[in-house]
Formats: sequence, C-alpha cells, structure tokens
Amino acid sequence: MNSLQALPALAAIVVSILLFIGGTIVLIGALGLLRLPTFYQRIHGPAIIISLGSGALLLASMVYFSVLQSRVVVHELVITAFIVMTAPVVSMLLMRAAVYRDMRAGKTNIDDPDGLFGEQPDTSTQHHQAP
Amino acid sequence: MTELLNLAVNFAFYSVLLAMLMTTARLLIGPAAHDRVLAMDTLWICAMLVCVLQGLRFSDQVYFEVAMLIAMIGFVSSLAITKFLMRGEIIE
Repeated sequence: MNSLQALPALAAIVVSILLFIGGTIVLIGALGLLRLPTFYQRIHGPAIIISLGSGALLLASMVYFSVLQSRVVVHELVITAFIVMTAPVVSMLLMRAAVYRDMRAGKTNIDDPDGLFGEQPDTSTQHHQAP
Repeated sequence: MTELLNLAVNFAFYSVLLAMLMTTARLLIGPAAHDRVLAMDTLWICAMLVCVLQGLRFSDQVYFEVAMLIAMIGFVSSLAITKFLMRGEIIE
C-alpha cells in the first residue's frame, strides 16, 4: 500500500478535480502575495490559500481515503477545524500590527499609506459650515 | 484513471512547490517586517499541504499526523511574532 491506488472512475474524477482546483488556488494566492503593491492588498493571497486551497486539498484527501477504506474517514476535518479556529486570529492580529506600525511611522492616511491612489473625490455627506 | 489521478497529484504538488518559491521571494523582498511574517505563515501552510499531498501519493495515513503538528506549531510562531510587532513584548 505504498503507491497511488486505483479508484473507481467517479471517485477518481472527483478527487482529480478537487486536486486541480486546490493547486490552482494555491498558485493564484502565492502570485497575489508576490505581485500586489501594498501590504493590505497582499494579505488576500494567503487568505485564499488557507481557506479555499487547504479546503479543496483536504477534501480531496478525505474523499480518497474514504473510498479506499470503504468507510467515512474524516481525520482531515481536525486539521480543517484547527485552521478555521486559528487562521482568522492570526490574520486580524497581523492587520492590526500593520496599522499600528503605519501609524507609528507617521503615515496619517491608513487607507492609502503608500500614496498609490492619488486624490479621491470628497463623498462625505456631512459638511460642517463654520458659524 | 490512475494516470489522471497521478497527473492531478503531481500538478497539485508542483503548484504548491512553486507557491513556496514565490513566497520565499516575498520573504526576501518584503520591505517591512509584517510582510515577512505573512510570508512565513504562508510557508507553514504550504508545508502542511505538501505533507497532505504526500499522504495522498503514498496512500498512507501517517502523514496526516505530521500535517496536524505543522498546522499547530506554525500558528503559534506567527502569533508570537505578530504580538511582538504590535506591543514590543509577547506576554504582558
């Protein structure tokens, strides 16, 4: 039992589709991490790697081992539950750390700390007139 | 059908490896410390996915425990460095 076992055709197609989807999403997420200009845009790449990429690949593993052993194998749900519990905490804390560091460095415009988006139109609804 | 499964596992494996290469590039470039922490966290997740894929390729359940341990330890390290960047100390 040390190689890729043969599955019935439907299960093999389902597992293959999940593996292709997972691999593509991990590639797209890493490309986003590498190529996007600001940190607040860059954090979206790992977010989809952790949620969709890991979800698809762990689902493929669950289906494969379930079909192979003819019983429902849900060991990988433990990993999924762990990632669901911890990944949002790390992401939120990392974003807050980035905001604090930008504010400490004296950048007052948190929405656009690197000045990439230029002058935006004033869409505020409250215009205070001096008495 | 085994060729399709083989192709799918190889594709997923090489795309995760390519993702690790790109993440290492961000780890080296990243102009700020929080960029590097983000890249490190992504490297931990990609290492876990490599273990899951090897478990699929060798049809062995032992790789699942390795993947679970990697997921647990990677989270703790990212959290510690992020807390340090935010506050200056880890446990106040």
